[in-house]
Amino acid sequence: MNKLQQSFSNGKAFIPFITAGDPSLEVTEQLALQMAAAGADLIELGIPFSDPIAEGPVIQAANNRALAAGTTTDKIFAMVGRIRKSSRTPLAFMTYMNPIFTYGTEKFMQSCQKVGVDAVIVPDVPYEERAELAPYCAKYGVTLISMVAPTSNHRIRMIAGAAQGFIYCVSSMGVTGVRQEIGSDVEQMIELVKEVKDIPCAVGFGISTPEQAKEIARFADGVIVGSAIVKIIAQHGASCVPYVVKYVQGMINAVK
Amino acid sequence: MSDGYFGIHGGQYIPETLMNAVLELEQAYDHYKRDPGFQAELTGLLNNYTGRPSLLYFAEKMSRDLNGAKIYFKREDLNHTGSHKINNVLGQALLAKRMGKTRVIAETGAGQHGVATATAAALMGMACEIFMGKEDIDRQRLNVYRMELLGAQVHAVTSGTRTLKDAVNETMREWTRRVADTHYVLGSVMGPHPFPTMVRDFQSVIGREVRQQMLQQEGRLPDALLACVGGGSNAMGLFYDFIAEPEVRLIGCEAAGRGIDTAETAATMATGSPGIFHGMKSYFCQDRYGQIAPVYSISAGLDYPGVGPEHAHLRDTGRAEYVPVTDDQAVEAFEYLSRTEGIIPAIESAHAVACARKLAPAMGKDQILVVNLSGRGDKDVAAIARYRGEQIDE
Repeated sequence: MNKLQQSFSNGKAFIPFITAGDPSLEVTEQLALQMAAAGADLIELGIPFSDPIAEGPVIQAANNRALAAGTTTDKIFAMVGRIRKSSRTPLAFMTYMNPIFTYGTEKFMQSCQKVGVDAVIVPDVPYEERAELAPYCAKYGVTLISMVAPTSNHRIRMIAGAAQGFIYCVSSMGVTGVRQEIGSDVEQMIELVKEVKDIPCAVGFGISTPEQAKEIARFADGVIVGSAIVKIIAQHGASCVPYVVKYVQGMINAVK
Repeated sequence: MSDGYFGIHGGQYIPETLMNAVLELEQAYDHYKRDPGFQAELTGLLNNYTGRPSLLYFAEKMSRDLNGAKIYFKREDLNHTGSHKINNVLGQALLAKRMGKTRVIAETGAGQHGVATATAAALMGMACEIFMGKEDIDRQRLNVYRMELLGAQVHAVTSGTRTLKDAVNETMREWTRRVADTHYVLGSVMGPHPFPTMVRDFQSVIGREVRQQMLQQEGRLPDALLACVGGGSNAMGLFYDFIAEPEVRLIGCEAAGRGIDTAETAATMATGSPGIFHGMKSYFCQDRYGQIAPVYSISAGLDYPGVGPEHAHLRDTGRAEYVPVTDDQAVEAFEYLSRTEGIIPAIESAHAVACARKLAPAMGKDQILVVNLSGRGDKDVAAIARYRGEQIDE
């Protein structure tokens, strides 16, 4: 069983997202270890980018804080190496194409393999451009996660056909951020995916409350939460760890 | 790999949420560019609303003063709304309307593309929202009021560096929020396919007219074409018809700001490196980790950290040359052209004028230089006064 399958083998998966280096890499390391200990099934680490076009204001601000604190891709790889000394919880990087491309796509994936990053999620690389990443992902055993959106319609068949690991289902239109209502299309989206391929589907964008998470977990294999956690980090800064862990525990209980 | 590559540059690097909209646009554009009814309507608007063809003006006094090549100006500044931007906007707005869209959104730097988009939206009865960096709003207040007069809603962008790049980010985000009834009127030959190709096609009327006018007035093709390059739409529009004429030099003039050896520059070709951003693979000003650089130029319209993918390809193949022009040189050219020919150019276009001042004296008197005067300078007068230490109210 590869590590991503492990994420979806313990009931419904809870997948927290944090931006690496917000407010510092030391705090990110603690957050990752403690969220893993609390039972997070997969942890998404954002590599900060100056211009994150798929993010709402909350995660944009986290990107800015992380970059202002001097976070770089090399320092993030080093931090993941430290996390891996004591945790085997699957890890995914979420970032944009430019930081990967500029680092050198092959060197980036090689480093992922070396430190133990299991997957990458790159929102500005759609199906049509996946050749930019897929060969290097395959070569170094890093799973390239595919995304489907409420506008994907007939594209879902094609995307699901090529997907690996799990599918990131974007719950609603627009950018990341906490929402009152999650669109009802996402359940249908998952049905369409499953017609093509038996692959776990995790839903993200807009989820913040245990009630929402429970409702999504009714039909999805996993729940991804980013902005709500990043908000707690923004509020408490360097002392955020216990607050985040408490929130994550509540969400895990709602999902399982 | 998607369509829309120029050599290794271009592509469609955008979120999945936008893919169907972009593919639908690609199909619609492929259809309507061959549709005689669409083309006739667009030509009608360009001739009767914009005032095309624009003049190709022989700058006799400037040519005599520089004592070298004959200098001609392609007068895009005389278009309705005061710049070349309207050529592209009318094409896209017409296309959006045929596609059943009822709302257009656009980014703007100097405000010229925003004004052009607001104008087309007013003419065609579409809702219009413009995203503009807060810093540019402060630099270009007149254009903001102009857009509001035309019925557009102007949003101040306060993220990032608060300039053109951030306005593009925010317009893309808005498009992912609401895509069904909305078309994003991208203002330059950049972004995901089909924008670089489509915008170039809509702007290529500039070069086609230059060829015809040059043959009429001089009986031959020019020796060199000069245009300023931010994203690069007026330059692509001028160059495109001449790419297959190897004896015609193509020269793009990019904004060096305070100099290409400083951090305060927007000269992508001189200081940038390959990257993937804003939907395209091209050259970008960035650090070694791929963080996009906070660029600077006195010109809000050239204050952009990237360049269109077709320009990147023209540079790779050596077909076009790109030269940096500093703020100082551009401001001097702005003043020079005003005094010498009685034409106040946009500060963007003044970058190309500055380049012509250097190039013309080194050329023979039998040679011909065409400079794209992409916009008029009324919008810049107050900023240039400030640059010279004089405070005047707009």
